[in-house]
Amino acid sequence: MASAQQQSGPTKRTYGIGLLLAILLTAIPFSIVAFGLLPKVPSLIAIAVAAIIQVGVHLRFFLHLDFEHTPRENLAALFFATFLIFIMVMGSLWIMFDLHHRMM
Amino acid sequence: MTARRTAIPEQDAPLPIDGRDEKAFGFWVYLMSDAIIFALLFATYIVLSGNTAGGPGGKELFDLKRAFAETMVLLVSSATFGLATVAMVSRDSSGVLRWLIVTFLLGAAFVAMELGEFRDMIAQGAGPDRSGFLSAFFTLVGTHGLHVSIGLIGIAVMCVQVVMKGLTNPVASRLYRLGLFWHFLDIVWVAIFSVVYLPGVLDG
Repeated sequence: MASAQQQSGPTKRTYGIGLLLAILLTAIPFSIVAFGLLPKVPSLIAIAVAAIIQVGVHLRFFLHLDFEHTPRENLAALFFATFLIFIMVMGSLWIMFDLHHRMM
Repeated sequence: MTARRTAIPEQDAPLPIDGRDEKAFGFWVYLMSDAIIFALLFATYIVLSGNTAGGPGGKELFDLKRAFAETMVLLVSSATFGLATVAMVSRDSSGVLRWLIVTFLLGAAFVAMELGEFRDMIAQGAGPDRSGFLSAFFTLVGTHGLHVSIGLIGIAVMCVQVVMKGLTNPVASRLYRLGLFWHFLDIVWVAIFSVVYLPGVLDG
């Protein structure tokens, strides 16, 4: 990982590692669902975990984000957007499912 | 504040592809706002996904093999765009052109697969007018498909610019931003198969 940290710019190697990790993190949740390897709730958790890791892989190896070379403003915009998304999505789901529950 | 580069007079100066110029930052802010649009479409989809109005649900409609093939095509296209960026760093314009064309073909294959899926669904009476679930599905997945189609236009325009203008600094800077857009769409697709297709097949 130390050598990958130094190579933050675009190289064939970073895209190759990114593609391999992305394919692996796609194959795992698809095979869990396609072959019914886990019950429903553990499957959903596995899908969510694989997706979050895969987003990290894309940000790191395809968009070349890191804490050393990426301008701070770009990271600040990313964290702000993540924060807004969290508030708006979680807030919407909370309100709508609570409402749904009360209407039953 | 990090010093932002504005103009590079020397031909040998590094290409403006490290995200430190103002245009790259502006484009990044646009991508973040686009991510918020998609996040709200995801929230809408999750709220409406149970409202099938007696019509077909995800289990009947979604084809995992097709979703997996679409995912693979899009992932590989992200990597081939990366290879175009690598070629650009070594100022190899024919390499850039070659990988951009490969990326275009993969992106076009993705859009064709998605349109085929929409056509099949509408043909079996599961169009966006059938239920709240399907309205939300077509809005979310269709918005992503529209973005990919716009990206295809962008790739075609950049191919022409690479041929006509060569790898000048403005061309390299545009190509860098188009790459950000293309990789961003891949991230949105990861969320789509994780929120729409896999849970849809799982619980029907």
